[in-house]
Amino acid sequence: MKIQLISLAAVFAISACASEPKVAEPVAPAAPEPQHQVSSHRVTPVQSHTTQPIHTVTPGSIEDFATNAGDRVYFAYDSYTLSSEARAVLAKQAAWLNSYPRVRLLIAGNCDERGTREYNLALGARRASAVKEYLVNLGVDPSRLTTISYGKERPIDPRSTNAAWSINRNAHSAIVSGAVS
Amino acid sequence: MTIRKITLIIGIIVFGLASGANAALEIDITRGHLDPTPLALPDFSGSSVPERELGQKIAEVVRADLERSGLFRVLDPASYIEQQRNIDMQPKFAEWRVIKADALLAGRVVIEDENRIRVDMRLWDVFAESHLLGQQMGTTPENWRRIAHKIADSIYQKLTGESGYFDTRIVYIAESGPKTNRTKRLAIMDQDGANSTFLTPGSYTVLTPRFSPTAQQITYLSYSTMVPSVFLFNIETGRQEVLGDFPGMTFAPRFSPDGKKVIMSLVQNGNSDIWVMDLRTRTRTRLTSSPAIDTSPSFSPDGSKIVFNSDRGGSPQLYIMNVDGSDIHRISFNKGRYSAPVWSPRGDLIAFTKQLKGKFHIGVMRPDGQGERILTTAYLDEGPTWSPNGRVLMFSREARPGSGPQIWSVDLTGANLRKVITPGDSSDPAWSPLIE
Repeated sequence: MKIQLISLAAVFAISACASEPKVAEPVAPAAPEPQHQVSSHRVTPVQSHTTQPIHTVTPGSIEDFATNAGDRVYFAYDSYTLSSEARAVLAKQAAWLNSYPRVRLLIAGNCDERGTREYNLALGARRASAVKEYLVNLGVDPSRLTTISYGKERPIDPRSTNAAWSINRNAHSAIVSGAVS
Repeated sequence: MTIRKITLIIGIIVFGLASGANAALEIDITRGHLDPTPLALPDFSGSSVPERELGQKIAEVVRADLERSGLFRVLDPASYIEQQRNIDMQPKFAEWRVIKADALLAGRVVIEDENRIRVDMRLWDVFAESHLLGQQMGTTPENWRRIAHKIADSIYQKLTGESGYFDTRIVYIAESGPKTNRTKRLAIMDQDGANSTFLTPGSYTVLTPRFSPTAQQITYLSYSTMVPSVFLFNIETGRQEVLGDFPGMTFAPRFSPDGKKVIMSLVQNGNSDIWVMDLRTRTRTRLTSSPAIDTSPSFSPDGSKIVFNSDRGGSPQLYIMNVDGSDIHRISFNKGRYSAPVWSPRGDLIAFTKQLKGKFHIGVMRPDGQGERILTTAYLDEGPTWSPNGRVLMFSREARPGSGPQIWSVDLTGANLRKVITPGDSSDPAWSPLIE
């Protein structure tokens, strides 16, 4: 039996993410990580406060970054323009990164399947770079940020639907070092 | 992975018969929907059971090659009145005419010793009653399939006047696993799907392999390093190396027609431009410097021009430039998004992938952008590669959403669309030149 506590900050972040107006076209992406958090948000009856492990989001951890800043931004088809929603997420990423200056990111650009392989590799590189540039403009040291393009090689939703494509067009900010464990 | 040499002695076998007026049987492969030429091809003969068994297997591979070309229809061996047991004898042409064979191929296998087989073949024009071709080939026993492919190439060349494409190989990406966590390995196989072998372990992703003009090297994109990079793979030695010390991700590699250079895209600050690397000196030269995507470069066969993909006009389209990067001009002007251009080895056409109204197509156009023809349509067709004679294209096809990709082939005429048999899902085919 686990007791799951979610910090006040995390709850705010979840509701913020869930109520965000999503990427313009064609269908709003689901936000996978916050959804997972919500589904696990069940407080089981308490038997003992002292002997059970307590789940909480450690400040400065990878989970903290994903939950409270957001680790993915989404793009329109064949575009690397940052939407206002994407810029809002990146502002939170930058603030978080400025709080944890040892953290390094690998920013991966991803595309949906409706393009040819090499063109999508180039497009993914643009998306990753757009995120990097935005974070640098918000004060993150560029030496902390590496970019990579996976083109259409790493879809997170395997379906061939508008909803899947809009999730698969993203830039993912993965912490590679420096996080609190 | 060594490609062993096959000694090919083009037999100038002198027969008593007149081979003067032997131009009767000719196949025009430029036509769209032609009737396949009926061909009789009995099992190759032999004087022992092992020879006859090998003769049967070789004949089967030759038949399959010729049938797949769409230009030939091999008549059912059960219908043959005569079996042409001794290939040195003139056939009884009348008996082959009864079953309506236009041509007859007869062959013989000799196992000279445990390390060497010899195959003799004769091609006859049944109606002109003339001897068209005689050849003798020798190789090691395990190489028998290559003998069969060479025989198929010889028949193709004799009857169409153009070189064949059967003694060739395909490098491709072998795919497995779920779409969200796909394993992609470099693999190589014979043109007919036989002898498929993995060249990389699957612990890292590899994409877009292409052959060198000698078929001894492959260049491809590998994610085995921190920065995804263009690699070279030596088929003879199995050695892999990063190509160049570029300050960023490199991808979309292709050899120059003389094999001395590799052209590719380099990403700097998120922008992809086209660079060329000299393989001997390892010097690199930048060819494009636009803020747009410039990728998928492919040389013209004379090495003077490069076709590539760019979105400098607002959407992905095809452009041509000189090898020094000068005189960039757009060639694709019809409706749709164009990408992945590949120059034909004959020089007269450029194959491409086109997206229009939610479908993907393989098509061709002339280098001046005129004469566009769409050859295929599916949920996702992409990445064409030319047969060495410029008559057939292979490409990746995802027939329906979610169905794994498979390699398909289609004739330049748009006819003869068929799936290439691979052990599992497959994509990114690249056709080798004819093997020496």
